Formats: sequence, structure tokens, C-alpha cells
Amino acid sequence: MTAVPAQERDLHPSPAPLPVGGRESRSPGRWGMIWVVATEASFFAYLLFSYFYLASMARGAWPPDGVPELKLSLPNTVILLLSSGTMWWAESSIRKGRAAALRIGLVVTFVLGCVFLTIQGIEYSHKHFTPQTDAYGSLFYTITGFHGAHVAVGLLMIAVVAVRAFLGHFDRGRHLAVSNVALYWHFVDAVWLAVFTTLYLTPR
Amino acid sequence: MATTLTARLDREWETPHNLFGVLATVDHKTIGKRYLVTAFVFLILGGLEAAAMRAQLSGADKRLLSPEAYNQLFSIHGVTMIFLYASPILSGFANYIWPLLIGSRDMAFPRLNALSFWIFLLSGLFIYSSVLVGQVPDRGWFAYAPLTESQYAPGLNMDFYALGLTFLGLSTTVGAINFIVTFFKLRAPGMSLNRVPIMMWGTLTASVSIVFAMPSLTVACILLWFDRRLGMHFFEASAGGHPMLWQHLFWIFGHPWVYIVVLPAMGIVSDALPVFCRRPLVGYTFVALATIATGILGFGVWVHHMFATGLPSVAMTFFGAASMVITIPSAVAVLAWIATIWYGRIVAKTAFLFMAGFVVLFVIGGVSGVMTAAVPYDWQLTDSYFIVAHLHYVLVGINVFAVMAGFYYWMPKMTGRLLNERLGKWNFWVMFLGFNLGFFPMHIAGLLGMPRRIYTYPSGLGWSTVNLISSIGAYVFAVGVLLFIINALWSIRRGAIAGPNPWDAGTLEWSTPSPPPAYNFAVIPTVRSRHPLWEDRLPPEGGGRSSFSDGLTIPEGRETVETSALDAEPRAVLQMPEDSLWPLILASGLTALFYGLLIVGPVLAGIGLAVTVVAIIGWLWPSERELLQLEEARP
Ligand code: HEM
Ligand SMILES: [Cu+2]
Repeated sequence: MTAVPAQERDLHPSPAPLPVGGRESRSPGRWGMIWVVATEASFFAYLLFSYFYLASMARGAWPPDGVPELKLSLPNTVILLLSSGTMWWAESSIRKGRAAALRIGLVVTFVLGCVFLTIQGIEYSHKHFTPQTDAYGSLFYTITGFHGAHVAVGLLMIAVVAVRAFLGHFDRGRHLAVSNVALYWHFVDAVWLAVFTTLYLTPR
Repeated sequence: MATTLTARLDREWETPHNLFGVLATVDHKTIGKRYLVTAFVFLILGGLEAAAMRAQLSGADKRLLSPEAYNQLFSIHGVTMIFLYASPILSGFANYIWPLLIGSRDMAFPRLNALSFWIFLLSGLFIYSSVLVGQVPDRGWFAYAPLTESQYAPGLNMDFYALGLTFLGLSTTVGAINFIVTFFKLRAPGMSLNRVPIMMWGTLTASVSIVFAMPSLTVACILLWFDRRLGMHFFEASAGGHPMLWQHLFWIFGHPWVYIVVLPAMGIVSDALPVFCRRPLVGYTFVALATIATGILGFGVWVHHMFATGLPSVAMTFFGAASMVITIPSAVAVLAWIATIWYGRIVAKTAFLFMAGFVVLFVIGGVSGVMTAAVPYDWQLTDSYFIVAHLHYVLVGINVFAVMAGFYYWMPKMTGRLLNERLGKWNFWVMFLGFNLGFFPMHIAGLLGMPRRIYTYPSGLGWSTVNLISSIGAYVFAVGVLLFIINALWSIRRGAIAGPNPWDAGTLEWSTPSPPPAYNFAVIPTVRSRHPLWEDRLPPEGGGRSSFSDGLTIPEGRETVETSALDAEPRAVLQMPEDSLWPLILASGLTALFYGLLIVGPVLAGIGLAVTVVAIIGWLWPSERELLQLEEARP
């Protein structure tokens, strides 16, 4: 160090002790997650904009080979919504200090998320078109595929948080990771509602 | 033995001086300097590309460059300047200066900050590795479809573009989020929103714009790559896609981007200019509001880049009008600077000269911009050299000149030594005259009908003289930049010692030693006015005096203070992370992933993805310190 600041002096305790860490709901970590969600939401907004733009420019029928079916997608939507509910339950449990309920909630949410992806895969295998068929096919698979990838990322995060929950890392006052994963998961579900409405409902 | 406070803080905050420290540091000052140097190297590379182009255009029918080489040069020049220089250099200043400006010990997310630098560096190298295989992006910086589809552009050129910009976008986005959270959570106690320096408003507005605009470019680039390498059809009209989709996505991003690379630069001037006018900025509140308004309006004008594409005329009228409206906040800022100069007592240091030059170029660039916002004018001028002149007046005028001012103003803080003023004056005048000599004639070339992006032109069109003048001007400008480099290298070793506050400035960064210690502030300052160091000479703002000696010292581990978003009331002590290798590992994983995508090699991409996932988990896993605290908290 070149210069010695004027405040050089012996160590003494801080004048007004502040809580270390503070309220998690206001912490930088929480703010950071909110902005991650904001930019991710914009990402999907632009994908859906692309869908509507190409739909409005389409010369033939849209979607070219008929409206996508609800047989699998509607139950799948319900499953994802349910998983938001279990996630919410898990998070509010740890807020009250109930660590066991947190573990159960995380595991159930994880399973529901996996079921969602599996059904999505089954629906893909029933489709008569591919991403290469036409622009509609490209849109359909790109939009649902990016959503699916976000579900997968969410699942990974849930898995990590679940492991930490079993290691006893969280309690009433410390559970920012849980809250952030929950926020992300609710966001992924909300995106699905937008995707579902766009791809499955608006063409009806 | 009593441990002194500073010794203890040093031990906590100092990064080890070894290889680990180099790769793992999260110190915002080191990261800021790395950003500045890297972005400056890209400016030089972009400048060399420009020099090659100006040599080719210096006379009619020259054959120095093939048409293909010229295409690659103007494309990589545009990409380099816009993405790898103009925005990262401002991030460099913000990274270095922000925590010092707000009385904090680091940014909100120091490791994210390191990640953002590593991705910037590696994605820049990724894009430039296209030179090694001779397949440089060659479809212009805005890469219009369908020319970029694989039928028309089969090489890897545009894959480097699409993947490289997607990769770089990650850096820009995490950096922006870091700035936003830092702005709202880490300001020193008492630095309420009405006391925040304008440079922070500029960077904040740019960062929020990035959060919402960047994904549009990312989507565009991903869709392009899907079209090119996975056989999809987003931009291909014959299969139900549409090339105009690219233009919409690109310009939804592109226009806000113009403000992203100028608002923080305007902020630098709004903060530094008053120091050399020996008075506070005239109209602080108006300038702050104008900054925010510009950022918001920036999202409403993208269509003005597409006036010549045959849109409905109602749409064009609307967007034309919006583009006119957006000049109002810029005019507010210009008036504020001029009034500050007018009512001030000028100290004509080099930094001041660059800022005065900036104002002049801002006005010229603004006028030619208003001309192109008028729809009929735009039809006449679009794709002509008038546009090349306009965009350089805006980008060089508002960005490069402000950046130069920033260097002359803040480098003494970073290095502890002043830049040479004599050389500095030469530096300014050579750059300023060279710039105008180089770019003003391009307006005329444009009015004479010279289109942009032509690799040569026949004689007899009356373009030769203006082009020769342009080329000479460009080389004079380059000499100016060279003078700066000489000055910087010389001053780092030989410059006069700066001391903490060589300009007698009023903001917090000047209360620290030059260069500041690793922990920035031994005592977290308490702020009671906009100019904490000028309180002895300015009329009191009513909140009492700022304090630098009575405040929190929090020396137990790396810690800083979290304050409330609006009034900056102290709320909590924040524990800051240790140095970490995860950011570099994560960025390396992403690099492997993107190279894997480039060669469409699933194995490499898979490895990259795996490394990325492991790095994220390792990063987020609680540190030993946190686990220990958990143990202690347990009943
Ligand atoms: C060092 C001085 C510079 C010179 C001599 C220079 C020169 C040029 C030239 C000759 C072109 C090609 C024009 C054409 O053929 O259409 C060009 C394009 C461009 N320049 Fe510069 N330039 C300089 C600095 C900058 C800077 C600092 C920026 C941005 C911050 C910038 C951004 C651009 C952009 C965006 C284009 C358009 C590329 C395209 O058409 O795709 N330039 N410049
Ligand atoms: Cu624009």
C-alpha cells in the first residue's frame, strides 16, 4: 500500500452493529434472481414475438397441419401447475422452520417436473412434423424445446437444493437458495402458461 | 500487539500475488482494469481494420483488397467496435469506479463480475479465432437475412458471428445485472437516489436496457444458427419463415444498444465536466431524468432502421415521430453541459478538452441523426456514406471522446500517476482534427451518392478527392490514438504522483488513496450531499456533513454494507465471497460448448456443458465459512 489513510487507528467495534446477512427477501441475492428472471422472461417474449410475427405473415393455413392437440398438453399443464404448488408449500414450510416438509416438498416437485418432461417427450414422438419440416415446425420445437431446457435447469437446481436440504443447510432464517429456486420454478411455470396459450390455444 | 485496522483489512481483501491470484481474483479494480485494457486492444484491432479499408478507398480503382476481404473487414470492424469495444470499455470504467463512487468495498456479486470479464475475453477470442481459419464474419455487423443463410453463406463465417454474439451476450447480461443490484443495494449510508452521480444513472439505464434488449439479439442469433446448422426455416420465405423477422429482432436490440454505448459515456462527461468547470452540474435532476427517459424511449424507435423496407406508412410516421421525440432528452443533456461550461470557471486540462470536443461532435452527430429520422430523408440517405459519417460522429464522438476523457480523468486514480498534459493536448488536437478531417467529408461523399460497403469505385464520379481526404484524416486520427498509448505507457512509470485528489473533485472515489487499497475504504463513509468532498465550499444541502472517519469498519472477513434501495439506510452487513476459480472454469466450459456447437461436434459440446454444470454447482455450494456459521447457528 502506498499511502496510509487518515483513518489508520486501532481496531474498535463498529458503532452500530448491523445484522450479518440481513433480511433475505431484500438481499442482493434475491434482487439478482429477480433480474435473471426478467431477462429470461424477455427471451421468451421475443421467441413468442417471432411466433406471432411468422403466424401473421403466413400465406397458407396456420398451423400448417392443424391445431395441436390438448390430449397430452392439457394434463401436462396441470402437472406443472401442481408442481408450482408443491414448491410453494416447500418454501413456506422452511420459512416456518419445518425442515422435513421442505425435503418432502422438494422431492415431490422434482418428480412432477420429471413427469412433465417425460410427457413432453411422448408428445414429441407423436408429432408428424419435425423442426425441419417448415417454419411452424421450427417454431414449435424451438419454443417448447427452450422451455423444456429451462425445466431441466430448474430440475437440476431443485436437485442441488434438495441435497442441501437433506444435509440440513437451511433453517427459518437461512434459505435464500430455496427461495431463489422457487422463484425460478414459478417463473418456468408461468412461461409454460404463455407458451401453452400461444401454441395450443390461440390457433383455436 | 494491537492489529491496526488497515493491516487487518489488507489481509482479508488482498488477492495473493501468484498464479492463483491472477486467475481467481474477484477484485473489481483488477477486473475493471482488465476490461479497460482488453476493450482498448479491441479498439486498436478495429482501428487496424479501418486503416486497411481507408487505404483501399483512398483512391479510385485500387486493388489492395479483394471484394471478399473488404466484406470481412467492414463486418469484423463493425462487430469489434460495437460489441467488443464500445460497451465493454464502459463496463471497465464502471467496474473500476462504481464501488469507489458509492463508498462500497466491491460490487454486489464479485464472482459474477469475474465471470463477466472471462466470458468477454473468451468470446472475443472466439470471434477473432475466425481469422485463424480465414472465415471471418462477412455480412455486415447487422447481418441481414437471408444473405446469412447457409445457402448463401456456407462457410463458418456467420457461425462465428451467431455463436460469438450469443456467447458474448452472457457476459453483457450478467454484468448488467451486477450493476443494477449494486446500484440499489450497495450505496454508502446516506447516498439517497438524489445524490447518485450521473455516471451511475447512465450505467444503470444502460444495464436495465441490456436486461430487456439483449435477449432479442440472442434469440435472433440462435434462430439464425438453427437455420444454418439444424436445417430450420425461421428466415427462409420458401418454407414459411420471413427474412424481416431478423430485422425486427435485430433492431429491437440494436437501437437500445446505441443508447447502451452512449448513456454511460454521457454520464462520464456529466460527472467529470463539472470538476473542470469548478462547479456542480447544472440541472442534475433534469439530466438524470433525461437519461432514464432516453433509455425507455430507446425501445420505441427500432423501426426507423427499416424505413426503406416497405412498411405501412402509419407505422413509419409513428416511428419517425418517436425518433424525433427521443432527441429531446439528449438536447436537455447538451444544454446542461453547455450551461455548466458557461457558468463555470474552466480549467482547460486535457480531460476538459476531450469533453468539450465530445459536446461539439454530439451536436453534429445529433443533427445528422435528426435528418435521417425524417422518413423522406432516410430514403435518400440510407445505405450511403452519409450514414457512415453519422454513425461515426455518434459512436466516436459520444463514446471514444468520452472514454478518452475518462482515461485522463480516472487513470491517475488507477495508477497513482498523472498523464502528461503537454502530450495530452497534442493527443486531443490530433485526434479531434483527424476525426473531423476523416469523417466530415463522408457526409459529402454520401450526398454525392457514394453507397456504403463498396470495396472500390471508378474514377470520374467526383468521389476521389473526398475519399482521399477521409483516408488522410483517418490516419491522423490513428496517430492521435498512438499518442495516447505512448502517454499512458510513459505516465504509468514516469508520470507525476497524483495523490488522492489531483483534480480537487467532489465525489467519493477521490477520498481514497491513488491507487486505492484492496478494500477501498477502511471506514465506510456516510454521505450527506451530492459532492461529499466539496461540502466546505458549497451551500449546505440540509443533511449535515458527510463523514469519512466515523462509520462502519467491519473488518471480520470480506464484508461491506447493504443499504436500502431508495434512501440508502444501512440494513445489514454483507459477506463478500473469497477469490475463486469457478468463474474461469465456468467460462472455459462455455468456450468448449460454443466451439462444440461451431463444429457441430456433440462430444466437445457435451464436455463443455458438463464442465459448465459442475462449475455452477461448485460455485453455488456454500463456502466453508458459511457452513461453519450454519454449525454455530444450530441449537
Ligand atoms: C478509428 C477510426 C475509424 C475509422 C477510420 C473507421 C472507418 C470505417 C470504415 C471505412 C467503415 C466502412 C464503411 C463502408 O464501407 O461501408 C466503417 C464502418 C463502420 N464503423 Fe468505423 N471507423 C473507425 C472507428 C469506429 C468506431 C470507434 C466505431 C464504433 C464504436 C465504428 C463503428 C463502425 C460501424 C458500426 C461500421 C459499419 C460496419 C458495417 O457496415 O457493417 N468505427 N468504419
Ligand atoms: Cu436507431
